[in-house]
Amino acid sequence: MNAVVSAEGLARHYEVGGGLFSKPGVVKALSEATFQIEAGKTLAVVGESGCGKSTLARLVTLIEEPTAGSLNIDGIEATPDNWDRLRSHVQIVFQDPYGSLNLRHRIGAILEEPLKINRPDMPAKERQAKAREMLELVGLRPEHFDRFPHMFSGGQRQRIAVARALMLEPKLLVLDEPVSALDLSIQSQVLNLLLDLQERLDLAYLFISHDLSVVRHVADDVAVMYLGRPVEFGTKEQVFSNPRHPYTKALLSATPSTEPNPDKMRIKLEGELPSPLAVPDGCPFAPRCWKAKTKCREQRPELMGEHPAACWYPEG
Amino acid sequence: MADVSSSTNTTPTDAATARPGRFKEFWRYFKENRGAVIGFYVFVFFLIVAIFAPLLAPFDPSSQNRAATLVPPFWQSGGNWTYPLGTDPLGRDMLSRLIHGARYSFLVGTVVVILAATGGILTGLVAGFAPKWLDTIIMRIMDIILSIPSLLLALVLVAILGPSLLNAMIAIAIVLQPHYVRLTRAAVMTELSKDYVVSAKVAGARLPRLMFVTVLPNCLAPIIVQAALSFSNAILDVAALGFLGMGAQPPTPEWGTMLAEAREFILRAWWVVTFPGLAILVTVLAINLMGDGLRDALDPKLKRS
Repeated sequence: MNAVVSAEGLARHYEVGGGLFSKPGVVKALSEATFQIEAGKTLAVVGESGCGKSTLARLVTLIEEPTAGSLNIDGIEATPDNWDRLRSHVQIVFQDPYGSLNLRHRIGAILEEPLKINRPDMPAKERQAKAREMLELVGLRPEHFDRFPHMFSGGQRQRIAVARALMLEPKLLVLDEPVSALDLSIQSQVLNLLLDLQERLDLAYLFISHDLSVVRHVADDVAVMYLGRPVEFGTKEQVFSNPRHPYTKALLSATPSTEPNPDKMRIKLEGELPSPLAVPDGCPFAPRCWKAKTKCREQRPELMGEHPAACWYPEG
Repeated sequence: MADVSSSTNTTPTDAATARPGRFKEFWRYFKENRGAVIGFYVFVFFLIVAIFAPLLAPFDPSSQNRAATLVPPFWQSGGNWTYPLGTDPLGRDMLSRLIHGARYSFLVGTVVVILAATGGILTGLVAGFAPKWLDTIIMRIMDIILSIPSLLLALVLVAILGPSLLNAMIAIAIVLQPHYVRLTRAAVMTELSKDYVVSAKVAGARLPRLMFVTVLPNCLAPIIVQAALSFSNAILDVAALGFLGMGAQPPTPEWGTMLAEAREFILRAWWVVTFPGLAILVTVLAINLMGDGLRDALDPKLKRS
């Protein structure tokens, strides 16, 4: 199978601060991200706030240039020269449905905008027909076409955002916490819509979330990130039933469960996330890990093997 | 929350206008402020007077009547109904001059606001989108302009360009422009961090489109308020320049110039200075009240649901 998107050692560093006398610090927001997504599959990226999930989304959607590493979308190397060509291959849906739609534009104009920019020679009639078709596809009514975003609820707005993202018929959709701003009943509607669309249009999803129960519902593969680095990769079954990295284990143990299970041990992580300005040598998770040994503090473990986990003493 | 309730309230009542008109909503908020509504009506009254000045004025504003100089208003002894508000030292009808003066005030307000707003919005947009060094250069220049007392700067500019109404307008537009630059830049910067701008970028929108189609319409509310307030500022500043002899030149019936011409007669004939002064006061007050109402109605932070 051909991968729709493949990334090799993707990294993004930011320089911060740095006055007249001080050297600027470097925040390594993302390092060594390597992954592939095939058509019709979903890669879920999970991790706590500040672990580089959204930076990854910004790199894959060609908003920012990676500091290092390479990104291939649909077989084309994603360098800034090729960005224009690749725009229609990757689109994004944001977390906050209230901020992601332009309040001054009608729904019709919002949906038509990507076509107007990328297919300037398409006749206006065809463009409108396509926008109306897409509106129907995401489960909205034709009369919504002429309304303004403030007349819609969060769930409806998120549907509009999905429709806009699909206007260019992309092959990869980056979903940056698409449901975490919605309430629970709407979450499942939007998720089911996304799964339905994936099946119909053979889309690849890069699904960014911190909600593990949502990930369990939609993902095929899961990548767990910690402090800008992927620490565990695997299929959904591997990661959820047999987590190898202690961090993954801790994350999973923190998911609320519907079954009362008094025996279940909740792993409580001690300490704070280290500052991304001064990532410790060795395993970045070592300061919070309950089984860290001297080796962990000195050498950084690499991702390796069939179900890779960046840990010297993996579980299971 | 407010969005949902307002749309459900209006849809069943009126199917034809299912969309709650933005203007209707605006008027609902605007009307709550009584001062603003009064200001608005006064403004409209002056606007009508300015438009129909030649029809309303009983005399030509610059025709002199040597037989009737410094005639007092009709209610004072010696006054008559031919000249309801009296005449000036050259025998020109005060009422006609005031009515024609309204034209100049509105001309000045409109031209200055258009000049200052266009320049200011464009510069502000550029500063908001520009890399940091260009932004810094633009904003420091604006700070320099702001640090000089505005009337003084206008005086200097008029002294360089030569005293005339047009030059006074240009000078005042330059003086007022930094306010627009700052306002636009601040609004642009808040909008730029929002996701809809990023999604327009992901869709491939280029800089001009991002600036004018995506971001600018969302920044307009504070700019409209600023425009209303600087309209009155412009009238006031042009009157001040006229009073100092640097604005409109006699015999133009501009209110500030009228004040200056009649200055020496203050003690003998109070009406020659009082009426132009009152005209300036009422217009400026009305526009300021209206501007406050506009701000209340357009600023989402002050909105109650």
